[in-house]
Amino acid sequence: MGRVDRIAEPWGSRTPYGPGENWPIRVDAYLDGGLTEDDVDRWVPSATILHSNGDGLDIAVKDGRIVGVRGRAEDRVNHGRLGPKDLFGWQANNSPDRLTRPLVRRDGELVETDWDTAMDAVVGKVHELLEEQGPSAIGFYTTGQLFIEDYYTLGLVAHGGIGTNHVDGNTRLCTATAAAALKESFACDGQPGSYTDVDSADVIALYGHNVAETQTVLWTRMLDRLAGPNPPKLVCVDPRLTPVAKQAAVHLAPRPGTNVPLMNALLHEILRNGWYDQAYVDAHAVGFDELQRQVEKYPPEVAAEICDVPVEQIREAARLIGTAERLLSTVLQGFYQSHQATAAAVQVNNIHIVRGMLGRPGCGLLQMNGQPTAENTRECGADGDLPGFRNWDNDAHVADLARVWNLEQIEIPHYAPPTHAMQIFRYAEQGSIRFLWIIGTNPAVSLPELRRIRSILGQERLFVVVQDIFPTETTELADVVLPAATWGEKTGTFTNADRTVHLSEKAVEPPGEAKADLDIFLDFARRLGLEDKDGEPLVKWSDPEGAFEGWKECSRGRPCDYTGLSYAKLRDRNGIQWPCNDEHPDGTERLYADGKFWAAPDHCEEYGRDMVTGAPVTETEYKALNPDGKAIVKAAEYLPPHELPSEQYPFQLITGRTLYHFHTRTKTGRAPQLQAAAPEVWVEMSAGDAADRGLGEGDLLEISTPRGRVEARLRISGIRPGVVFLPFHYGYWDTADGGQPADGHGRAANELTLTAWDAVSKQPIFKTAAAAVRRLAESGGSPSAAPTTTASAPVTGSPPPTTGGRAAEAEELVGGTA
Amino acid sequence: MKLDLAIEELHRSENELYTVLLSMSDRHKVDHEVFYVTRDMARWSEQHVAELAEAGREFGLELDPEAKHPAGLLESLQHKASELTGRRSAPGLLLLADLRHLYREAGGTALDWELLAQGAQGAKNKELLDFAERCQPQTLRVSTWAKAKLKESSPQVLAS
Repeated sequence: MGRVDRIAEPWGSRTPYGPGENWPIRVDAYLDGGLTEDDVDRWVPSATILHSNGDGLDIAVKDGRIVGVRGRAEDRVNHGRLGPKDLFGWQANNSPDRLTRPLVRRDGELVETDWDTAMDAVVGKVHELLEEQGPSAIGFYTTGQLFIEDYYTLGLVAHGGIGTNHVDGNTRLCTATAAAALKESFACDGQPGSYTDVDSADVIALYGHNVAETQTVLWTRMLDRLAGPNPPKLVCVDPRLTPVAKQAAVHLAPRPGTNVPLMNALLHEILRNGWYDQAYVDAHAVGFDELQRQVEKYPPEVAAEICDVPVEQIREAARLIGTAERLLSTVLQGFYQSHQATAAAVQVNNIHIVRGMLGRPGCGLLQMNGQPTAENTRECGADGDLPGFRNWDNDAHVADLARVWNLEQIEIPHYAPPTHAMQIFRYAEQGSIRFLWIIGTNPAVSLPELRRIRSILGQERLFVVVQDIFPTETTELADVVLPAATWGEKTGTFTNADRTVHLSEKAVEPPGEAKADLDIFLDFARRLGLEDKDGEPLVKWSDPEGAFEGWKECSRGRPCDYTGLSYAKLRDRNGIQWPCNDEHPDGTERLYADGKFWAAPDHCEEYGRDMVTGAPVTETEYKALNPDGKAIVKAAEYLPPHELPSEQYPFQLITGRTLYHFHTRTKTGRAPQLQAAAPEVWVEMSAGDAADRGLGEGDLLEISTPRGRVEARLRISGIRPGVVFLPFHYGYWDTADGGQPADGHGRAANELTLTAWDAVSKQPIFKTAAAAVRRLAESGGSPSAAPTTTASAPVTGSPPPTTGGRAAEAEELVGGTA
Repeated sequence: MKLDLAIEELHRSENELYTVLLSMSDRHKVDHEVFYVTRDMARWSEQHVAELAEAGREFGLELDPEAKHPAGLLESLQHKASELTGRRSAPGLLLLADLRHLYREAGGTALDWELLAQGAQGAKNKELLDFAERCQPQTLRVSTWAKAKLKESSPQVLAS
């Protein structure tokens, strides 16, 4: 047993292993101030919720309080390991400023009230608007952090009960492109790969995926392979010098907004050199000829010019990817939140299709998620999809859903794809959505162009309900605030980015009058008097297990089949991958083995979309294109970004996250070790750009775009020239200003971003705004507070290293068997 | 041989489509997807106009290779008007009308490409046929988008 400062060493100690071997066990644990395992009353099984990795853990309970966490050695995802956010983030649960009573707005002020009063206000408003306008007045904006049971119930209540098409989640910002890219290539959502592909891959290509900071335990797995015999080679595409880039055999740092030409050049080289599997393509794919025609136009020389990347690096990356025997590819926000998001992510799928690298160990494709339960928002119909990956454009699928819900088919809106988040806010701006229920998310900090978002949410004519666990910048703008229970205070299931389902049990009571999200939705449905077509209550369950059983039925026969799972089974063995059914009782490690897909026209989730316009492909067109349900190779042309640098705004601004924080820091900002590791906003710039402007480490800068301005201290980092980076975590809840910036002195990166989204996935673009920079004050010798352990590591001077000291020491127990 | 007439007509109609797309973009600046996607699609028309001018030379035509841009002042006035009315619901109806108009314009232009392709087949002009077959799908994508957007937007405009 060792003790390691997990702020200074976020990935802990190495346990090297070789290709095809089992990843060794290392159990990480952290207990509150001086407690030992002997002091713990109970250990309650769960999994991590501050990222999408889904690491199995046990919650330590003493005297009815959460006092720590310990990784589960036998869990397939983490083999005992936990990341810094998991080790320390739970402390936020015990924070004294949790929301504990419902609030309603009276005379402009939010005042405490009881549940009856708050829910009557909510239900009264919904009744009034349904009477006056109909379901088009009602919108729901949810999250990627609830449980299956919550989402499925919400989807039923909103789509089936109220009959609105306006349901989406903040997953639109994090995972929409993952889903869209999978639907384009395989006509259905569903992660093809498995985390165990790390164990045998010989090349790992990471596209816009700073896994070292977003999924620390997955990176730990990769680091252990890198430290072992016959390590894999890494290819990294990222404009920042991330920990991944530092380990990479090839690091491509393209100009923001140019991922499509870069991918086309890689595919150009793969096709030109014959590094593809013609037999696989002939048997299992359609659309290859069009890809050949399209990528013909993008030799490495052309891409090198557009992307500003050395031509020999493109060739070398293509050689590694093209000659790999077991290629694992992962994709995240560097692609999803950038220009031409889906078109770029689809080209990664194309590499796997043309190389026939799907469904075999090491040949993994991981279109990652950002949030812990984003996968479930997608599956359960709470994010702009119908439940069970049903196709909104296939009448038989809607009829089947109506059967499961015992409703008439016309009650379920399916005239168009469910409304996406950015459009929901547009309808609210226009005044046709007049009731917006926001659940577990903080759009007043996380959506682009915050001045606009604040003005939408602040409208008198819009009734805003916010369900959350802390007061936030968004609750400040609410008409009703509902206090919710969080992880550890309620029971439910959730699924990580490689389809692993965990049961997370209730460990302690929620504070005050806070209620589980499921109970809030059940109460809402009851008060609203929602009924099925026989006049029976629409929602047939009253607890989490009942909701899970309901969801299982809805998923039956669909790709995300949960029918082989149960609470009892997950209590026996937590962490099983769907589909899990009679045919696959132990779950399914990889999808699409033997080139079999879920793409048949009568079975698929979506017929696809136009890569430039986003217009849906019709059923007739799809049947002509892909009658036999093969994989679809979709080519894409390059279009320049919508906002390019100018004389006035010479930089390209990208936003992103740091290892130590999650979203708008509502939890991580209340965990002392995490908050101390990254206490305030910073801005990154390359050494050359800083020198050209006479700027130094720690100088206070103003970063501005046509939308607003932000002040931040400068960190001179390894970012590519011409680009500035701002972390998106920092809003105003813990500043003196409260809910919003005083006098325009902003610190939220989204003051600056533009309202624009990918036409296919509808994911907002956070990575191509044109920005200007000027110095407000010199540093006076003190550096910025950016972490030194991560992509924000300094490249000049020697700012003090990021450490956590004794308070951040966690246990590490290497070895043992599961 | 009247292929020159077909090219001339197509040049006119692609120019018109270009103008329709950009003016529509300007009128709907606060409907962000409409604003950007119409601009992206206008690039196709811009390219078609240039290529048609090139193709017309063979038939003795002197066509302007540059697509005509709507007047700059009007553009900024339309942006401003769009922003000022962005909080009202009436522009929803204007959007439907504009999408309907675009659908017909793009459909007409696609039909003109069909005519050119047929003429090229009759004249056994392989180069011209390839050109028409390469460009027509892009014009069709414009009408497909207009119809899809109309389908998606109309329920909220008409039922609220």
